[in-house]
Amino acid sequence: MSTAVLDKRPTGLPRVSQRYFPVLATLLLLVLMYLFGTFQYEGFASGQGVANLFIDNSYLIVVAVGMTFVILTGGIDLSVGAVVGLSTMVASTLLEDRGWSALLVIPVVLLIGCTLGGLMGAVIHYYEIQPFIVTLAGMFLARGLCYVISTDSQSITDGLYSDIALKTIPLGGGVVITYSVIVALAAVLVAYMVLHYTRLGRNVYAMGGSKQSAMLMGLPVARTTIAVYTISGFCAALGGILFSFYALSGSPNTAIGLELDAIAAVVIGGTLLIGGSGFVLGSVIGVLVLGLIQTIITFANLESYFTRITIGLLLFAFILLQRLVFARRSPGS
Amino acid sequence: MASAASSPVVQMTGIRKEFPGVKALDGVDLRLFAGEVHALMGENGAGKSTLIKVLTGVYTIDGGEIRLGGEPVLFSSPLQAQQAGVSTVYQEVNLCTNLSVAENIFIGREPRRMGAINWREMRRRAREALERVDLHIDVSQPLSSYSIAIQQMVAIARAVDISAQVLILDEPTSSLDQGEVQQLFRVMRQLKAEGLAIVFVSHFLEQIYEITDRMTVLRNGQLVGEWMTSELPQVELVSKMIGRDLATLEALEGENKRTLTALENATPVIQAKGVGRKGSVEPFDLSVYPGEVVGLAGLLGSGRTEVARLMFGADRADSGDFLVDGKPTHLRTPRAATSQGIAFTSENRRTEGLVGELTVRENIILALQAARGWTRPISRKRQDELVDEYIKALDIRPANPEQQVRNLSGGNQQKVLLARWLITRPKLLILDEPTRGIDVGAKAQIQKLVVSLSEEGMSVLFISAELEEVLRLSHKVEVLRDRRIIAELANDEGMTVEKIVETIAGDSREEVRA
Repeated sequence: MSTAVLDKRPTGLPRVSQRYFPVLATLLLLVLMYLFGTFQYEGFASGQGVANLFIDNSYLIVVAVGMTFVILTGGIDLSVGAVVGLSTMVASTLLEDRGWSALLVIPVVLLIGCTLGGLMGAVIHYYEIQPFIVTLAGMFLARGLCYVISTDSQSITDGLYSDIALKTIPLGGGVVITYSVIVALAAVLVAYMVLHYTRLGRNVYAMGGSKQSAMLMGLPVARTTIAVYTISGFCAALGGILFSFYALSGSPNTAIGLELDAIAAVVIGGTLLIGGSGFVLGSVIGVLVLGLIQTIITFANLESYFTRITIGLLLFAFILLQRLVFARRSPGS
Repeated sequence: MASAASSPVVQMTGIRKEFPGVKALDGVDLRLFAGEVHALMGENGAGKSTLIKVLTGVYTIDGGEIRLGGEPVLFSSPLQAQQAGVSTVYQEVNLCTNLSVAENIFIGREPRRMGAINWREMRRRAREALERVDLHIDVSQPLSSYSIAIQQMVAIARAVDISAQVLILDEPTSSLDQGEVQQLFRVMRQLKAEGLAIVFVSHFLEQIYEITDRMTVLRNGQLVGEWMTSELPQVELVSKMIGRDLATLEALEGENKRTLTALENATPVIQAKGVGRKGSVEPFDLSVYPGEVVGLAGLLGSGRTEVARLMFGADRADSGDFLVDGKPTHLRTPRAATSQGIAFTSENRRTEGLVGELTVRENIILALQAARGWTRPISRKRQDELVDEYIKALDIRPANPEQQVRNLSGGNQQKVLLARWLITRPKLLILDEPTRGIDVGAKAQIQKLVVSLSEEGMSVLFISAELEEVLRLSHKVEVLRDRRIIAELANDEGMTVEKIVETIAGDSREEVRA
């Protein structure tokens, strides 16, 4: 009956390798894939090649950041692809048909995204409906609204808007990036700070660990649920703006199925689908892995559907990996 | 130590709480004094949990008054109660195991510097908070890497650190071993000396008498009374809790020795020959005769449940043979076992037995209906008859067949599960920890039921961590150690709990047959 009774060392692997293992595995995969591409294909390794990876996927990075918040709480947001589409439609219509200034259009689009997300969060919490169903409804609503606005695509010619979209920033050595990349990286940085250095962020992790416990510990579960879906809606709208920079058009068929790419990126990036464990940086790496697969397939002159097959296999492998890592951990509790 | 003359920290008077169809609390009073450990006593379903949830703001009351430090209060959320100084550590530790120990203590009130969480400060303060409960562990590790006992201490440290005046411990000892319980008691005594009012709920009467100063007894949602622990003998406490004299309990005491005679010629209901499963249980022989109660004794993890699961086909044996009524039979699935007249109630009644959303009636009918097949539904009239019969026979409370099972207390859920299988008239009933976590009254009822079932000729395989219970009910006891049946002990004149313990421990003087 000495104090020693409770002074047991934790069992299992040390924390570092365990918590970060899935992310590190993804990082390793990314490096291996890059090395493979470098040795296999001429002209694969270049500074601009890396920069293009970010330029081509900036919108997906932003959407995946929002998705990470939602998945960390144990939820899911299927509406993000449709919200991206809606955002491109709203932006192109307001800019071209209504002649609004880009400086006004961007806040309006972001506000629409936040509102949609916040509403879904509120419905999920207060009516206790599964996020899957609520955001599926949100997806149909947003996609439907796209076609209400127009069934045709609309190209964007607004001066300021295309300036922001096309302007490049030289990084030296002839490598350039776009403003979209900076926006995406800023979103990642902010998300990281929020998740790790604010109470909101920690509540997100706590809720993913156990919603019941979070409630009994007196944490603001309602506020947190609404917040994460609002964040996801915001990120989807921001992703939509970046996409419209990238395509310089708005189309009702934009980003169909993008939500699944985002979810895949988040899971490959090491975030647990049941919530409570994962990192936003992992999601970024997940997006880069998806982008790199695309690049390699292009270099290999393969049909583009091989991209989907590869992503599917990877996703499967990573979910198995998570099972193994966390199955080993669970007997403690 | 505060005297009874000083005013209580918490005074609850005339508390009423109703759920649809149930009066959970009806005019209950509770007084908590600073520097005292207060036991909240009562059978399962007496209203202890509801009273705690009322005090901690999980439920709002339908009537009565709560005063905290003399001021009337009304908590509408756990957060409000916590801020007012009432903290709870629940039976199943309600923390987030994915977060670090430090975060679990401070989440929701993390120390911040310039708006950002100050992790270093949080870890430092977490170490301090843990020192109050005499725990020295690495606070940056995730909580999941520590044992339940440590997680519970962390929960207490969190509760105490939220400058609690009132600490409620709901069944904190149910998953702790002896040493850990003593550690908990040391911490409780220390916190008591610091002036906290502690509420302690436990099914272990010895623990109640060891640690508490005062107790309040509830029965059927009503107040029985408040006593100083030292002034209420244990026997009287039990009779106050179950509301009747101890005849039921004592009737059982008389039947301590239960050796069946003239079994040698009978055919076993079930006979396992060299049955085993890799990584689960080593091959064993086991025979159960008609009307025989066979007890399985052994430590947690010794393979008791695994034996039961093999006998029921829930796990598939990879060696050996089964004989049912002397005929070789395959028991590969629970379905095959059920059709041979074998029934099994799992130790995890909530996850592996009952369907919480269904009613008592639907749960009871489930197995019988499954055995008949869905093409031959049982008429509603027949269902009602059967269910009423078993609700009466097993004294399931509330006696309402349309009540959702999840709203029943643990003991009553166990009875529903038993009723489900009894209704199918099995030859062999396998009971895995049927009395765990249920109160004295229901426990005695279930024990009595086992005895009368075996007298009617049903065979029972009885698993329990409580050796007294195993010994009291069984004709013979199979002793397990390290996933092996190491001995079969006839429950004859000389058999005692001590002898079983010695066998389990492996230092028995006499040679036991393996």
